[in-house]
Amino acid sequence: MNQDLYTAAMNTAAGTLLLSAVLVVWRRELRAMVMLLACQGVALAALPVVDGIAHASAEVIGVGVAILALRGAILPAVLLRLVARRGPARRGPARRESAPVVGTSLSLLITALLTVTAFAITRPIVLLQATVGSMAVPVSFALILIGIQVMATRRRALSQTVGFLMVDNGITSAAFLLTSGVPLVVELGASLDVLFVTLVLGLLARQVQAHFGDSDVGRLRELRD
Amino acid sequence: MTILAMVAPAAQVVGVLLGAPLVAGVMRQVRARLEGRVGAGVGQPWRDLKKHLRKQSMTPSGTTVVFSLAPAVVAGSALLIAAIVPLVTTFSPLDRIADLFAVVGLLLIGTVAMALGGLDTGTAFGGMGASRGITIAALAEPTILLSVFALSLPAGSSNLGVIVAATAHDPWTVLSVPGALAFVALLTVIVAETGRLPVDNPSTHLELTMIHEAMELEYAGPRLALIEWASAMRLTVLLALLANLFAPWGIAGAGAGVGGFLLAAVLIAAKVAVLALVLGGIEVFVAKLRLFRVPELLAGSFVLALLAVTTSSFFASAVG
Repeated sequence: MNQDLYTAAMNTAAGTLLLSAVLVVWRRELRAMVMLLACQGVALAALPVVDGIAHASAEVIGVGVAILALRGAILPAVLLRLVARRGPARRGPARRESAPVVGTSLSLLITALLTVTAFAITRPIVLLQATVGSMAVPVSFALILIGIQVMATRRRALSQTVGFLMVDNGITSAAFLLTSGVPLVVELGASLDVLFVTLVLGLLARQVQAHFGDSDVGRLRELRD
Repeated sequence: MTILAMVAPAAQVVGVLLGAPLVAGVMRQVRARLEGRVGAGVGQPWRDLKKHLRKQSMTPSGTTVVFSLAPAVVAGSALLIAAIVPLVTTFSPLDRIADLFAVVGLLLIGTVAMALGGLDTGTAFGGMGASRGITIAALAEPTILLSVFALSLPAGSSNLGVIVAATAHDPWTVLSVPGALAFVALLTVIVAETGRLPVDNPSTHLELTMIHEAMELEYAGPRLALIEWASAMRLTVLLALLANLFAPWGIAGAGAGVGGFLLAAVLIAAKVAVLALVLGGIEVFVAKLRLFRVPELLAGSFVLALLAVTTSSFFASAVG
């Protein structure tokens, strides 16, 4: 593969990752957030696919396809079902993050700060070996930090799940970019974990919804069995 | 410098002058067709302009010279930007004395002149429109600066011609983290700056939330024509600049011949037409934002631009 094309494709994927993360913070509609998460999944899958094509490695392409199926299609579909369930027919439907802990403008500024921090702290890692892949490592760290921020500042169970999946996207991309290829078995194991966590979180969100009439996890005050 | 390079900026100005109403017409026509209407045709803004130009010029009592000068200043600044910005050629004689800052400054001069014109009438609508227009401009101009900064770092110059030439020389550089962020930021801010949906609705004329239309409410006849022409020109120039910053294929360099110039002119017209079609199509699907949420939108685009500059300087220093 042409070196220029390879660089451009990797950079575009990394750019889409960061852009979708910022847009998740920006938007409040749950459906839009899930769609952006799907875009992020596709961009994440593009990293191993492009790398695999460039280095003619079938296993890396396989990892990419697995990531694409899981993070680009299955997980967003699971979350979308949750959004659709709370249709406009129900009273007070939770279609959007109506009252986040931190307002949109402020959380965007925090996002900027977090991204700059991520770029600052990963500088030594990038300077170790400035390849096309390692140049995208700061984006992975930014993704992790932004995901944690989304988890901390949103009230709805679904948007917190989106934040969690963003953290996981960041970890996956960092692992891939730093080690240039996680073995397929490890990747599949981690992916299965994430799938189960998402299913359980979805179930939990549904329970919360059924119990309180909305999915604000701030209402969960005590543990019972 | 060849005589051709001297002619090119003049060609740019004439092209923008003649083409701007058509761009507005294309956007309206796309919208009409997508909404299931026949539409007035692409040439309707031109017919409107001719109608306004034939009418008598009205000066409301109590207005000063600010009111009568504002349209000329808006149109003049738009034309000057059209001469500076690399649309057809990266090698314009004005380009070296007027860089990015000058272009943003000229844009702001137009906005401020329009706001003063709105204020000068002393009507409620004019004042409201001016206040809103300036609020949006104050948030939008830094974003334009920052996002073009992000692109200027790899090129090593704040000169728009040099930036576009560097991108034209190495087209893949735009496909990068800062490029993606800067593109979205710039697109958002162009939409805000030119008063399109979802920031301002250009097709309403009597609505409490209007911004640009509120400022020009007291204008009539040739002055109104001048203002509408100027706002179409600003839209056209900004769209063309966006196209050339991110996809400068075919732009004429320093040594291009007549054929190169003609090709560049046709290409930039095509690029602007495509952008206008896409934007017009998108506008059908979005509703106008509540006025108090507009700063949120602009804060978002500002953050994107800021991140674009950060990542751009990061990559520049990591490679260098």
